[in-house]
Formats: sequence, structure tokens, C-alpha cells
Amino acid sequence: MSRKKIRGYREFLYVLPFLILVAVFAYYPLYGWIYAFYDYKPPALLSDSQFVGLKWFTFMLDTEIKRKQIWQVLLNTFGISGLSMLFSWFPMMFAVFLNEIKCEPYKKFVQTVTTLPNFISWVLVFAIAFCVFNTTGVVNSLLMDLGLIKTPIAFLKSNEHIWFKMWLWLTWKNAGWAAIMYIAAITGIDEELIDAAKVDGANRWKTIWHITIPSILPTYLVLLFLNMANFLSNGMEQFYVFQNSFNKDYIQVLDLYVYNVAYEGGSYPLATAIGVLKSVVSIVLLCVMNGISKLTRGENFI
Amino acid sequence: MADNDVKKKKTHKHLDPADTLMTVITYIVYTVFAFVCVYPFYYIFINTISNNDLSGRGKIRFWPQDLHLTNYVNVSHIPALKSAFGISLARTLIGALLTVAASAFLGYMFTRETMWKRKLWYRMVVVTMYFNAGIIPFVITMRNIHLYDTFWVYILPTVVSPFYIVLCKTFVESVPKELTDAAELDGCGTMRTFTAIIIPVIKPILATVAIFSMVAQWNSFQDNVLLAPSPKLATLQFTLYQYINQASSLKALVNSTGNAASLAASLAHAATATSIRMTVTIVVVAPILLVYPIFQRYFVKGIMIGAVKG
Repeated sequence: MSRKKIRGYREFLYVLPFLILVAVFAYYPLYGWIYAFYDYKPPALLSDSQFVGLKWFTFMLDTEIKRKQIWQVLLNTFGISGLSMLFSWFPMMFAVFLNEIKCEPYKKFVQTVTTLPNFISWVLVFAIAFCVFNTTGVVNSLLMDLGLIKTPIAFLKSNEHIWFKMWLWLTWKNAGWAAIMYIAAITGIDEELIDAAKVDGANRWKTIWHITIPSILPTYLVLLFLNMANFLSNGMEQFYVFQNSFNKDYIQVLDLYVYNVAYEGGSYPLATAIGVLKSVVSIVLLCVMNGISKLTRGENFI
Repeated sequence: MADNDVKKKKTHKHLDPADTLMTVITYIVYTVFAFVCVYPFYYIFINTISNNDLSGRGKIRFWPQDLHLTNYVNVSHIPALKSAFGISLARTLIGALLTVAASAFLGYMFTRETMWKRKLWYRMVVVTMYFNAGIIPFVITMRNIHLYDTFWVYILPTVVSPFYIVLCKTFVESVPKELTDAAELDGCGTMRTFTAIIIPVIKPILATVAIFSMVAQWNSFQDNVLLAPSPKLATLQFTLYQYINQASSLKALVNSTGNAASLAASLAHAATATSIRMTVTIVVVAPILLVYPIFQRYFVKGIMIGAVKG
């Protein structure tokens, strides 16, 4: 055996511990899908649980009430994901118009400040929402002093416009950060292109429309496709912290529903079954979007 | 670039009013957006150092009044908060340290063409970015391997983070090959080359990874909810969430009783409760606000590399 080969094996041994970590924390949990087919209650063992076949998959739809609940959960997921998709151009336009500002310190200030909320947790976002919007918070007290309302509005304890509110918080948290990608792309535009357009008599609007936007459109499309692939995954954290008994029906997206079924309903196998279905659909979505990306842009994004 | 800006300004000086209007509107919109992003932090901070009664009635809006630090003193005496601070700090430091070390090492190792089946292992790691088993199977797995409700459940799953590995690998690949070749001619082995040559060169990207993973650890909340129910493992994020939720349930209870005397008593209490909640919020957000100006420089670099690669 050559020295090179021995060295190759030794190098493999160096990374082996890390590969084991990956196997345990990323691959082994996939085996946990099997719990969707058992009558499992933690902390029991799988061997003590009874195999029930597809029971949980039919169980989730077997009464009118459950069908209604699942339908509402899907509506919420589609509503909230749909809203972010509908406004997915917002960070791009944010970057485009920010680029039009010629006062560098101001531009830098806006960029720095609007990126900040991305780095705080959803718990902190909720804490901030609570401090600002609770019945004695600045918004209510200001509206009362201005005489616009007589009694404080319970902004957080209501189910009105909850999808839109969730989208607003998401935008507050993410827009500045999402814009950075586009700002990077705009910085990469060839100056000569813009100068040439000017020589041809293009004004600001025309430069934006014919040069800036087409140059960053590929970035936008990649991100859009990725978002679409994640259509069912809103994450649970945002909705977990904002949920309460007033808004629960309209805030419960799939990820939160899975959590609630397991931790509040106490049914791990049912939650796993829903999660498995979600994962399967998500994988299909990812493949479809990758295929569309290949067709339209000629490259994979995976 | 600067030259060009001046030129643009000159040509745009006497342009049509639509152009000026657009400039004005952009400035207004961005100023509003910036205000909305900054004001909540400022608002909460001035409330924590102002008269609690005024604050409880929402009267502190732009300037602090009757400055005092009682809230911070009070908060520092809450035992649950001290323990939570310890847990959050520990997971931030230990977690980030291990993640940085693993990302640097794997980022380098995956460039070693001599490694047995290198490409396979690299793919096996990177592809985990695109799928996960879902929260419940993950929770069951953590139960099965006895990490459930231990401190290490915060740390071990984050040690190998594919995104950071890709960042590091990209950076290592930009290191001139002559450098590592020369080291090897001098008799450096794989590990010696890593510690003596690679680490010093890739320091900038390691700083980026360190700050990203520190922020992620500090902010992490979901793993606490899902995997660590013991109060002794509660993080600051979890404790803050509980304080806010308990206080709101407390208030709901008061409002539903409708008794005038108890209402008055509880309003005084509610003022303190609000102040405590705001103070804890500031305590939890402070580390992020403090490191933000430093790492703001780094992440732009980080995301650019990621974008080029991604």
C-alpha cells in the first residue's frame, strides 16, 4: 500500500468523528419516521409499541372536525406563505431604491439599522411587540391621547388580519437583511453599462428598469424558487411566540400544528405522520422548483 | 465610484420635478423604515430607566423621566434569571467554539484531495442543508440517545454546520497551493499544516463564523422548548418568553375579576410587571446590540462569499 493511500485513510479517520455527528443528528432522525406507524407514547420504547400501519394517516382525516381543522391549518400556511410570495419583490425594490440614494453615510445608516432586527430572536420580536403594542404601550397611549380611540386596542390578543400582521413582523425582521443580497448584486453591475445607458439618454427610471432590475432578476428568481420550495415550512418559532387563545385558529401553520399535536395533544405518532406528509410534499416541491429553475435559467439551485 | 457620483449629481441637478419628487419620497420612506427599526429598542430602553408609573401608563415616549436603575437592580436579584444567563452564556461560548473549530477543520479537510472518498463525505455533509427529519422524529431521536433534557442537546447538533463548512472550504481554496505544498515539503503533516498554515490565513472567515454561531446560540429558543423542559436548563430567551406570557395571563386574570379595589392594587403591580418585562428584554437584547456594530462589517463579506458559492 502506498504512503499516499495510508495518508488518505488517516485523513478519513480525522473527519470520521464529525461524520458520525452528521449521521446521528441529520440522518438517524429520518429513521424516526417509523414512529408514524406505531402506537407510540414517550418515554416508551419502539419495541414496546404496537405497529398500527396507516392508522394515524387516516386518523387525521376521519371526522368532520378534524378535516376542518387540517383545512384551516393548510389555509393558514398557504395564506402566510402566499403573502410573503406576493410581496417577495419588496426586498429587491428596497435595495434598488436604496442604491439611488447618493448620500453615502445616510445609505449606510439605513442599511445598518434595517438589518439589525434580523439578528434578534423571535422571542425578542415578540417581547418588543408586547412592549410597544400592549394596552398600555406607546401605540395605544398615543392613539388615546390623540383621541383616535376611546379604549385601548388589544392588538396582540385578536385574530383580525393575523396573516397580514405576521407578514409585517416577518418583513420588519427580514427585509433589510434580504436586501443585502440584492445590494451585493447591484454593486456588481458593470459601471460601463450604466454610463452607456446615460449616453443614450436614459433617465433614472429607465436605468433602473432596463439595467438595474434585469441584472438582479436572476438573484430574485433563485430566491423566489427557494421560497416556493419552502412553501409549507414557515417554521414554528414566530407563530409559537405570537400564538394565544384569541388568534390560535388563524395563526396555526403546519409547523406549529405539528408541535401542538405532539406537545399539547400528546400524540407523537400523529404529529410524526403529519410531519412525514409535509416532508414528502416539500421534497417534491423542491424537485419541481429545481426543475423549473433548470428550464428557465439553465441551472440547478441545489 | 465617488467620481461617478459627483458626475451623476451634476447631471441630475436641474432635472424634471418627477425626479426630485422621487428623491424626496425615497428619503421619507427609508427614514420611516429606519425609525421603525430603531425606535422600539430605544423606547423599551428609556422605559426601563424611567419612572415606573409613567412608563406603566405609556407616557414615556421619546425622553426618559425621573431616571433610576431600580429595575436593573431588581432584575439582578431574580435567581431564575441568573441561572438562565449562565446557561445562555455557556451555550454561546462552548457552542460557538466547537462550531468554529469543526467548521475550520472540516473546511480544510474537505480540500484534501488525498482523503479516502473525500467527495462522498463532503456531499453527505452538505446535502443535510436541504432536508431535515422534522421536529418530532428529531425529539424522539434525542430521547433515544439520552441527550433529551441535557445541556449537550444545545451544543452537539450544531457542531457540524454545513453552511459554515462551505464558507470555510471556499476560503481555504483561495489559499495559494504553493503555501501548503511548501509546508508539506518541510515535513508538515496534515494536522501541522492545518494549525500552522491554514488557521492563520483563514482567520477572517473564522471570525464571521464565530459571530454568526454565537448569535445563533444566544438567540436559540426552539431547542429549549422542544428538548430541555427542566427549569435548570432554561435559557434567557425561554425565561423572557415566560415572563411576558405570565404577565399577560396575570393581567387577564385581573381584568376579568372586575373588582375595583383589586384592580387598583393590581394596576400598581402591573406597572412593575411591565417594567420588569421591559428590563429583561433589554438584558436579553443587549449582547446582540453590543456586538452588532463589530460584526456588521463581517457578515456582508460572509454573505458575499456565500452568494458567489451558493
